[in-house]
Amino acid sequence: MLEFPRWKVWTVWLVVLVGVYLSIPSLIAGTPFADRWPAWADHQKINLGLDLAGGSHLLLEADQRDAQKQRVQGMEDAVATELRRDPRIDIGDISTAEGRVSFMVRDPTKVDAAVERLRTLTQPMGLTGNRDWDVQVVDSTRVVLIPTNTGQVRAMKDAMSVARDVVRRRIDPSGTREITVVTEGSNRILVEVPGVDNPDQLKRLIGQTARLEFKLVDLEANPAEVAQGHAPPGSEVLDYPEAQPGLPFVAYPSAAGQVAKVAVKRRVMVSGDQITRAKQGFDQQSNAPIVQITFNSAGAHRFGRVTQDNVNKPFAIILDNRVLSAPNINEPILGGQAQITGNFTVQTANDLAVSLASGKLPVKLNVIEERSIGPDLGKDSIHKGVIASVIGTLGVILFMLVTYGRFGVYATIALIVNGFLILGLMALFGATLTLPGIAGFILTIGAAVDANVLINERIREEIRRGRRLLDAVETGYREAFRAIFDANVTHVISATIMAYFGSGPVRGFAVVLLIGVVTSVFTAVYFTRMLVALWIRRSRPRELHI
Amino acid sequence: MKLLKLVPDHTNVDFMRWRNLAVILSTLLTVASLAFTAYRGLNLGVDFIGGQLIRVTFAQSVDVEQLRGRVLGLHLGEASIQEFGGPTSYQIRLPKPPGGDAAANQAANQVKQLVAANYPGSRVDSVETVSGKVSEELASDGLKAIIFAMLGIAVYIWIRFEWQFGVGALLTLAHDVSMTLGFFAFTRLQVDLNVVAALLTIVGYSLNDTVVIYDRIRENLRKYRKMAILPLLNLSLNETLARTVVTSLTVLIALGVLMAIGPEVIFGLAIAIFLGVLIGTYSSIYISAPVLVWLKVTPDSFVKVDEKEERGTQPA
Repeated sequence: MLEFPRWKVWTVWLVVLVGVYLSIPSLIAGTPFADRWPAWADHQKINLGLDLAGGSHLLLEADQRDAQKQRVQGMEDAVATELRRDPRIDIGDISTAEGRVSFMVRDPTKVDAAVERLRTLTQPMGLTGNRDWDVQVVDSTRVVLIPTNTGQVRAMKDAMSVARDVVRRRIDPSGTREITVVTEGSNRILVEVPGVDNPDQLKRLIGQTARLEFKLVDLEANPAEVAQGHAPPGSEVLDYPEAQPGLPFVAYPSAAGQVAKVAVKRRVMVSGDQITRAKQGFDQQSNAPIVQITFNSAGAHRFGRVTQDNVNKPFAIILDNRVLSAPNINEPILGGQAQITGNFTVQTANDLAVSLASGKLPVKLNVIEERSIGPDLGKDSIHKGVIASVIGTLGVILFMLVTYGRFGVYATIALIVNGFLILGLMALFGATLTLPGIAGFILTIGAAVDANVLINERIREEIRRGRRLLDAVETGYREAFRAIFDANVTHVISATIMAYFGSGPVRGFAVVLLIGVVTSVFTAVYFTRMLVALWIRRSRPRELHI
Repeated sequence: MKLLKLVPDHTNVDFMRWRNLAVILSTLLTVASLAFTAYRGLNLGVDFIGGQLIRVTFAQSVDVEQLRGRVLGLHLGEASIQEFGGPTSYQIRLPKPPGGDAAANQAANQVKQLVAANYPGSRVDSVETVSGKVSEELASDGLKAIIFAMLGIAVYIWIRFEWQFGVGALLTLAHDVSMTLGFFAFTRLQVDLNVVAALLTIVGYSLNDTVVIYDRIRENLRKYRKMAILPLLNLSLNETLARTVVTSLTVLIALGVLMAIGPEVIFGLAIAIFLGVLIGTYSSIYISAPVLVWLKVTPDSFVKVDEKEERGTQPA
């Protein structure tokens, strides 16, 4: 019991000092002392959860059907582009019905060549020999591409990782804010933005897929048929909700509740993927808000060529499958710069610019959970939480002192050290303190004392049984440890399960409990034992007042 | 200095004398709690049934009926309004709107506008919207977590002690959790995610006393091999009585302060743990221990373990 070598004593005090040191930045944050803390010293702080700092929490879920649809459409574009290249293979009747790409090869002798070239568009999936698309030939001239299951899963995973990056860029274009954007499970993204307690703008930014396309308007389509949703082969009908009146190629609604429609060529002139920059500006003539975009060199080249070939014809600017505007090509646009007009306000034009600059979302995201907390509520909670912690701790300390005297003093020192260690470890791990976390802190303080109670009561008991002082203390620590250990394991089991299943604030609670279990065993058992041993060695007491 | 001794030195309370009465009473109360919870249901918050929760602090006290009337006037479904914390703070709960996210967004904004227009100087503290899908998952995750934690701890106790003790721990936990649920069903206190955290904490902490008492029973079983089980349980309970009282009091002091002056948002959490500690202290005496009598724990239950331990530790 008394064998406490000097190096052990120093190690224990070192651990205590490091704990105190690590907890200082978190304790002085927001006070004038924070400025006086030397710059070279540790600055790791405990993060405050959204429930304390205020902010917005959004849980987004990917629309899987939309993702699959987009993937099939992407494949359709890729197939058309690939077979149009030299040596060209003529195809027709291309469709994306039933979640598969299917088309007819006009020259039956070229079917095999077409299939061979399509293979370059598909990817092998691991070592199984499967690919992400099955290419089949039906009725000798029809080629069908069917997405495979493994391919779908992989595509979803890739889409989620791209979506996560896009969401981050949209919310935080400058990359300087402390936001959290992480994928959860197979199809969800969690977004946490401190300090923003009105998530409307966040949702506007995330809500747009921002799939931008430029397509030529099909002038040969008959507006009467377009109104019925019928388009000539090679064209498609799109909604044009804010069509200006008097355009000859627009099918205007004939009844309330309908929207204007327009037929556009399926072939994409240029798409948003080829944009390098986008910013909000004003139209020079009308002074209306617009979005100015700059294409990359390939996009600029293509846009220049198409506009050159189609002067005096209208083209459609399409965002997420809705026509924004359909301006006329007055002259070839060669510089790689263009402007998107539409019925914008400065705010919506700005949002669109941010969305375009950050790239399109590979999948539509829906908000399925949303929590926003104002900064005042959080401040109020911290204030009340801190006061409750202090008073609760003082109450426990007082109770310990009147019950165990000297051993109560040791328990108190252990308790205070424990508080510092918990804060220090949380800062070290970058853990997040949530409101339930404060409750966890108080609970840990209450429960950490239990170890000392167990030890002290056991020592009392052994003395009553007539053991000598040293023997009683030693037996007390040894016999009590079993129960302390088992009790703490049960806490670890429940806290681990809580951390695994819980979300945000609850997880914060579990983290405090887990850290508290570790530190409290150290302080309540090992640290107090050292204090007791040093005392007995120093003053060689004859009897124990406990 | 005279030290405080809440429990005198040589107590000899015959706890086990009332064990049948206590167990019958506890069983009745547990069944009643569960039946009451099933019949009347819990006051589940938006976390578990979906919908919206808007917390507002007004500049001065408001006429709740008038506020209710105004919110109902928005035709957003059956809104409930409750005081929350201070006399000027209220929480407005709206059911899930049928139109999905866009509609939910609109509903929250409508309430915010209504508050801003009619109650100048008020502030919206928080808005939470939980879709039906997420709330179902949160509910099932919470339930799973509680069941896994209970089983996990029972298995641990079984491994460390004997199977009889594992069964005792499981019954004790079931008792504590259902009593707490019954309390929430009875008081209509709102059950949110924090309360699930509290239930998990109770699962961990209410067993504290049980573990300590079991540890002492095991020790005494080895020490007094000839003693009958009932006197042995009584002895163990009396020996640990001082510790039980002191620990429960410290935890209750800390949690009592939190309940009385802590933040309102975690009142549910604090009161649930407070209650759990009280119930846990009782059940560690009157559920955990009597179970061992029925499952016929004897000193021989540990003989094999003892021999193994001795063989394993002798070389050291």
